[in-house]
Amino acid sequence: MNLSVDFAGVKMKNPVTTCSGTFGSGMEFSEFADLNMLGAVTTKGVASVPWEGNPTPRVIETTGGMLNAIGLQNPGVDVFLERDMQFLKGFDTKVIVNVCGHSEDEYLDAVEKLNVEDAISLYEINISCPNVKSGGIAFGTDPKMVEKITGAIKKVSKKPVIMKLSPNVTDIKVMAQAAESGGADAISLINTLTGMKIDINRRSFALANKTGGLSGPAIKPVALRMVYEASHAVNIPVLGMGGIQTAEDALEFLMAGATMVAVGTANFNNPKATEEVVKGIEAYMERYSVDDINDLIKIL
Amino acid sequence: MNNNGLNNNRSRETALVISQEEISEGIFNLKIKFRDDYTALKNTLPGQFVSLYVSDGSMLLPRPISICEANVEDMVLRLVYRVVGSGTKAFSSLRSDDTIDVIAPLGNGYDFDKIISENNLPDDASFVAMGGGIGIPPMLGVVKKLHEMGKKAYAVLGYRSNDLFLIDDFKKYSEVIISTDDGSVGTKGTVIDALKASGVKADVILSCGPLPMLRGISSYASENNIPAYVSLEEHMACGIGACLGCVCKTVDVDEHSHVNNTRICTEGPVFRSSEVIL
Repeated sequence: MNLSVDFAGVKMKNPVTTCSGTFGSGMEFSEFADLNMLGAVTTKGVASVPWEGNPTPRVIETTGGMLNAIGLQNPGVDVFLERDMQFLKGFDTKVIVNVCGHSEDEYLDAVEKLNVEDAISLYEINISCPNVKSGGIAFGTDPKMVEKITGAIKKVSKKPVIMKLSPNVTDIKVMAQAAESGGADAISLINTLTGMKIDINRRSFALANKTGGLSGPAIKPVALRMVYEASHAVNIPVLGMGGIQTAEDALEFLMAGATMVAVGTANFNNPKATEEVVKGIEAYMERYSVDDINDLIKIL
Repeated sequence: MNNNGLNNNRSRETALVISQEEISEGIFNLKIKFRDDYTALKNTLPGQFVSLYVSDGSMLLPRPISICEANVEDMVLRLVYRVVGSGTKAFSSLRSDDTIDVIAPLGNGYDFDKIISENNLPDDASFVAMGGGIGIPPMLGVVKKLHEMGKKAYAVLGYRSNDLFLIDDFKKYSEVIISTDDGSVGTKGTVIDALKASGVKADVILSCGPLPMLRGISSYASENNIPAYVSLEEHMACGIGACLGCVCKTVDVDEHSHVNNTRICTEGPVFRSSEVIL
């Protein structure tokens, strides 16, 4: 039985990775889940310098999901390379490094510093975080900006580049095509949907940032629709995510057009969720006598 | 710095509910039992917490609940919590022989050998454990441990009124000093007011309670040159240090985050009051 996929020229032993920001750099989760089981670990967004992130409260549960406004707190690329990357090298899994920035220069600076590390397989460029004021979503909702920043990053990058798209747009196909025109090797979607919760007892916003990104099973049908639309509008591979909790959810994304899938918020509910998704995909293939996972990808 | 760091072989466990009763209005006393070979529980320290999951899947995120008492010989944890939202409301309906999913123990608790050496505390030092409201339960584990170590422990407990939940348990291990908001028992006012009125001289303060109380303790301790520790709470998503949802501002750059933020679930929930900005 073959579970391996080719994703933008990188051979992954299976199509399952983690959503950036839900898994740290794998260190904390390694106590609970076997990282060797994963096709890849996608790390929390890292910038050229350390970022403090937003005030608290940063997270709140909502019906069928959660809102977060962490604000991309990260220790900066130097610490990431010395500590987190060295840790991840101890595992038999590929590494996708998520990169964030406030400006084009900051993205390029981070990518250039990361280029020295051979153990990084791909970059995922976060142009879709709804919780930072400059950069992030400001780049990800304008197709001209998406194309421009993709092109600039491609020029300096020594690894294949995945552009992570925001769902907070009118037409996801246009954004996917803009990334492809800019030279992206792949796209990933969806990042979180911008949302809000009000605490009626305190009569104030539940999150200090007022708004946050909605994730979890509540967003899965929206994510699946967008993965389907985007993957049929471009010729580059898609990393699909948004509310995946089980193997059944993951299989829906693969059939809709994703070559890989990522598990995010589900990790908070079940620290073994990623592992269980891989095992569940295998069980499905056995049940239906599917010899190659690629026979299930983009069949719809 | 983190006495409960990585690779403690913890996992999401299904624990058995031994008993649960409401001991005060909206405050529940829950005892849960782990499988005998769950070795991670053996190192439980006072001040640590657990992540409790709502088992029917209706809620995603675990709820952080402080450990009131750990009886590791019997693999039992006692959790005393207040119903504040949908998660704790769901836990409050648990009955004997039900099961509950849980990760335990979590966070950095009170390591008294370290606290004694860091602060050069003499053998006869007075340990003052201050708890306010639902910050009272974790202080029980604190005075119990100090009692086992043969240390002089005082519990200064702040209640709203004369509904003094857990008071008999505290009396087993420590001298108890009370403050109440309405003045019905003990000193009318704060736990600091009660400490001052008692004349007890604290050599070290250990505390848990609402933020204004912890701020008061932090400034009292710094004015009087007393080392103090505070136990913090915050909304959490993962509970294990990965999501960075539950941070607190720090005076110095944090060793792990490399910014002035520290993770309450991992470096905390117990911090030296001089290290955090409340």
